[in-house]
Amino acid sequence: MRINFRRKGFPQPKLMPTIQPVVGELEPHPDVALVERVRAGDVSAYDTLVRKYERQIFRISQHITQNREDAEDVMQDAFLKAYEKLEQFQGNSKFYTWLVRIAVNESLMRLRKRRTGKMVSIDEDVETEEGSVPRDLADWAPDPEQNYGQSELAEILRKTVQGLPPGFRVVFVLRDVEGLSTEETAETLGLSIPAVKSRLLRARLQLRERLSRYFRNRKGLGESRSEK
Amino acid sequence: MTCTEFLGMLDDLIDGTVSEEMRAELEAHLRVCGHCEVTLNTTRKTIQIYRSHEIYELPSSLRDRLHAAIMARCKKGC
Repeated sequence: MRINFRRKGFPQPKLMPTIQPVVGELEPHPDVALVERVRAGDVSAYDTLVRKYERQIFRISQHITQNREDAEDVMQDAFLKAYEKLEQFQGNSKFYTWLVRIAVNESLMRLRKRRTGKMVSIDEDVETEEGSVPRDLADWAPDPEQNYGQSELAEILRKTVQGLPPGFRVVFVLRDVEGLSTEETAETLGLSIPAVKSRLLRARLQLRERLSRYFRNRKGLGESRSEK
Repeated sequence: MTCTEFLGMLDDLIDGTVSEEMRAELEAHLRVCGHCEVTLNTTRKTIQIYRSHEIYELPSSLRDRLHAAIMARCKKGC
């Protein structure tokens, strides 16, 4: 894990114009006040923001890079870059969405470095046709996850989501795991709303079909495990 | 409504963004199509399982180290 930062001359946040709350919201998001305090030089306010979002940023980075060391580096770099570029945050999007965008870009850069000479983007391996009717029609047991221990289940979920193309995986993670809206996901990834919707549908269906191998309704647990 | 048409509206149905009229059409299809009913239920379950299980946890020791490193650098810049 890298702890010493390579960047030098990390700038002090400058005094900037007061940001406006997100348009359309009745009350400003609580992060707006924290960002204002950071801009005024209150580092403890940034500490609060880091604590609030570090787990989410780590998860997103790990999902995209599929590499623990890279995810740690991305988490550090994303928070430092956000601090460095805070003057560019306009306040017309949520701070969290803005931070996620930085983390996604950092993650994709890491992925490119690991795959030297091979382009990596959120368009990779994404087919354009709409989702077809799923092949696997098997229903699942009522609480299928109960058949597995926590670590075994986590491994199944990791393996399954890792099998998605990066362009599907990142959309699924932002929308369904991290709870961003379709519009926020589109803005974060620089995609159109129809593109986000199309990828989300395909990601959900692919995951569902893959998980069916583990969760389909069977008479006995022994049979289920013997066929994996 | 065909299964392919139903599938095209699956996400909107799951996310609750369909009109009442469309919802009625989708529900009518579900009443006669077990295939799509299974697809809907298991897709909902897929999302719920991923939402409720944290598969990439940030251990507290690692979180503390990363957090300390980030804040040390931020404070240095101030």
